[in-house]
Amino acid sequence: MRIFATYNIKGGVGKTTAAVNLAHLSAADGHRTLLWDLDPQGAASFLFRIKPRVKGGGRALIRGTKTLDDAIKGTDFDDLDLLPADFTYRNMDLLLGDTAKDHTGRKPAGKLARLLRPLAAEYDHVFLDCPPSISVVSENVMHAADVLLVPLIPTTLSVRTLDQLTGFVAGLNGHRPRVRAFFSMVDRRKKLHQEIIEDLQAERAGVAATPIPALSLIERMSVERAPVTAFAPHSAAARAYRALWSEIGG
Amino acid sequence: MTTPGPREFVLEAPARAEAAQDGVPGLPAAALAALGQAFSLTAEPADADGHRRTWLDTFDWRLYRAGLMLEFEQARRGGRLLLSRADGTPQAQQPVTRWPRRPALAEDLPDGPVRDRIGALISPRALLPIVRAASTTTVTRLLNGDGKTVARLVAYRATVTAAMPAAQTAAGSTAEPPVRLAIAEVRGYPRQARKAARLLAGLPGVAQASQSEFAAALTALGRHPADYSSGVEAEITAAMPAPVAVARLLLRQLDIIENNVDGVLRDIDTEFLHDFRVAVRRTRSAVKLLGAVLPADLAEHYATEFKWLGDMTTPLRDLDVHLLGFGPMTGQLVAASPADLEPLRAFLVRRRARECRRLAAALRGARFRAITDDWRKALLTIRDNGKRRPTAERLAVATTGRAFRRITALGGAITPDSPPESLHNLRKRAKELRYLLEFFAPLHDPVAHRKVVGHLKQLQDCLGEFQDSQVQREEIHALADAMLAERAAPAATLLAMGEIAANLTLRQAEARADFARRFARFAGPEGQQRARTLLTRPASGQ
Repeated sequence: MRIFATYNIKGGVGKTTAAVNLAHLSAADGHRTLLWDLDPQGAASFLFRIKPRVKGGGRALIRGTKTLDDAIKGTDFDDLDLLPADFTYRNMDLLLGDTAKDHTGRKPAGKLARLLRPLAAEYDHVFLDCPPSISVVSENVMHAADVLLVPLIPTTLSVRTLDQLTGFVAGLNGHRPRVRAFFSMVDRRKKLHQEIIEDLQAERAGVAATPIPALSLIERMSVERAPVTAFAPHSAAARAYRALWSEIGG
Repeated sequence: MTTPGPREFVLEAPARAEAAQDGVPGLPAAALAALGQAFSLTAEPADADGHRRTWLDTFDWRLYRAGLMLEFEQARRGGRLLLSRADGTPQAQQPVTRWPRRPALAEDLPDGPVRDRIGALISPRALLPIVRAASTTTVTRLLNGDGKTVARLVAYRATVTAAMPAAQTAAGSTAEPPVRLAIAEVRGYPRQARKAARLLAGLPGVAQASQSEFAAALTALGRHPADYSSGVEAEITAAMPAPVAVARLLLRQLDIIENNVDGVLRDIDTEFLHDFRVAVRRTRSAVKLLGAVLPADLAEHYATEFKWLGDMTTPLRDLDVHLLGFGPMTGQLVAASPADLEPLRAFLVRRRARECRRLAAALRGARFRAITDDWRKALLTIRDNGKRRPTAERLAVATTGRAFRRITALGGAITPDSPPESLHNLRKRAKELRYLLEFFAPLHDPVAHRKVVGHLKQLQDCLGEFQDSQVQREEIHALADAMLAERAAPAATLLAMGEIAANLTLRQAEARADFARRFARFAGPEGQQRARTLLTRPASGQ
């Protein structure tokens, strides 16, 4: 089981659309795939037309009194399941950090990884769509993930964001995910975007060659409520996600 | 993701239902309307390629009788073997690059979990294609208010073809089983799937599926699983006129003979000839021991004809026995190496091919055809117009009692000094008694019957071991002579054959030493009491 996490400290950078489309492409390749919508806003759940609610509550799920297995929903696509968002996830930092409830005595940072472990036989790929911010949640995600997929908007700040994150990962004890950044919401007509992309790809390792363009079709996902790779498989947007997936997922 | 297996609801619709609507063949429009009230429906593009499958089993249904189903699922290249329980629970699967043109023996199957699971069960029988199916699948998605797929209605329409000829069905005949509908559950939405199944189940023309797809295919073709058995299984009663009962017994044996001819001619596996020979032997015994109730000239004529038929099959069966026992035989070698016996195996295989041709010519000839056709006509006449007296029960008691007394007398006269022929003769009589007990089994009390047969079987095993060891030893000598004559016998092979012959002598001596004890258990005071109980206590309900 390989675990990918789409993550950025900032919100609104194309994190959820990447998670949704890449998970769909992974399943279309025949990999048994699970997408866990960890963001209390529930955007990924919405895009798959699944209600953002975990029966019995997300609290029971995180505490381990209810198994993930019971909460999983099948999407409309073969080999692709989703673990929906739940509003109680807004308190996830408290839940994950609540060591008093953890009788095992293990570190709270490993909790998410432990919750996912029983699913190893059932899934080839897991995608974690994480809420923005640096918190106990992010620490758990980094502990669980094999690959951290970081969407970057081409601004001068993005270099700083990536460096901050790389530094944070390097400072982790034990398991460290591989950081793979990719540019998102790219406007090819803007010279500044081009320059930032070229500079960062030249200066930093682990930056994907494939950028995801800013296209209205990607925004249309919230109207179609489906991955763009499913409702417009031959579009430029779908082609970009496919190229990115073959670069980072293969 | 749809979850297969126990969460699937299977329903059946009649094949000649109303015309397809929205691409669901055979589904009554009412079914779609009913589902349409609770869900929005979207048809998925039709599966243009279709699906080709073949169900396999041995001629005597060994997999079915063991509660298993084996399916060969054909893909563009090769395919895979899927083994499941009768209820569809998967057991094992393995890829096969191609399916052999002829029926496959266990050793012809490539190594894999399916072969591991069924090899011992089917051996020495071959796997035959029983039914072939070509099916198309139509999927309709059931959506909730958010437009989310919460279940799928899957409709399978198949055309099935009988792959093997059977009593009621010619090979190549086709049929269309009822269209199968399944509500496939989407993970996390069990309630919606249950609701869809409930809506379908409540509709006229839609019924809960009671059979597996394989069983439904057989039903559509007019076949029943396990429709072949080599057992006696004739329908007779105690009060039935004896000639009618005997005609029924013999007709049943004739059916077995005829059912096995095709497999013998095509040399599918060695059990066809074995079952064929057992039925011929049973026929001969019945003609000899029960023939008094048949017209006199009829019994006499067919005693000769069935002796000829039995004799025609003996050389091939002897060679089969040698070849089937080759592995265990080489395993007994101490001084010689198994490789030394390879020239013998090659010699046996050559001879076998010759004997196969000779027997096939006889079975295609006029004499065999006359036996089967005329014998059936004669038996049918007796079955439908037989004299009323004596009853089957009287005949059973008289003949079984006589056979038992004869064995008691013959066996009681055998001493350690008696010649081997006396034991061979006793073996024949024991076999005759066994056949009588099988013929008349429905007339006996089952417990008393099982006890007598159990002890008789022990005695027969001992007598069989004694005679078979001797016959095989003599055959080894004869084969050595024949191989020498054909200059096909290296010295190492002859030495190895000598060692085999010596082992057979030892086995025969052991059987002889065991005889007195086995006979005493069968025919001593307790055995006599068992026989009396059997012959005086009728089957319950008679």
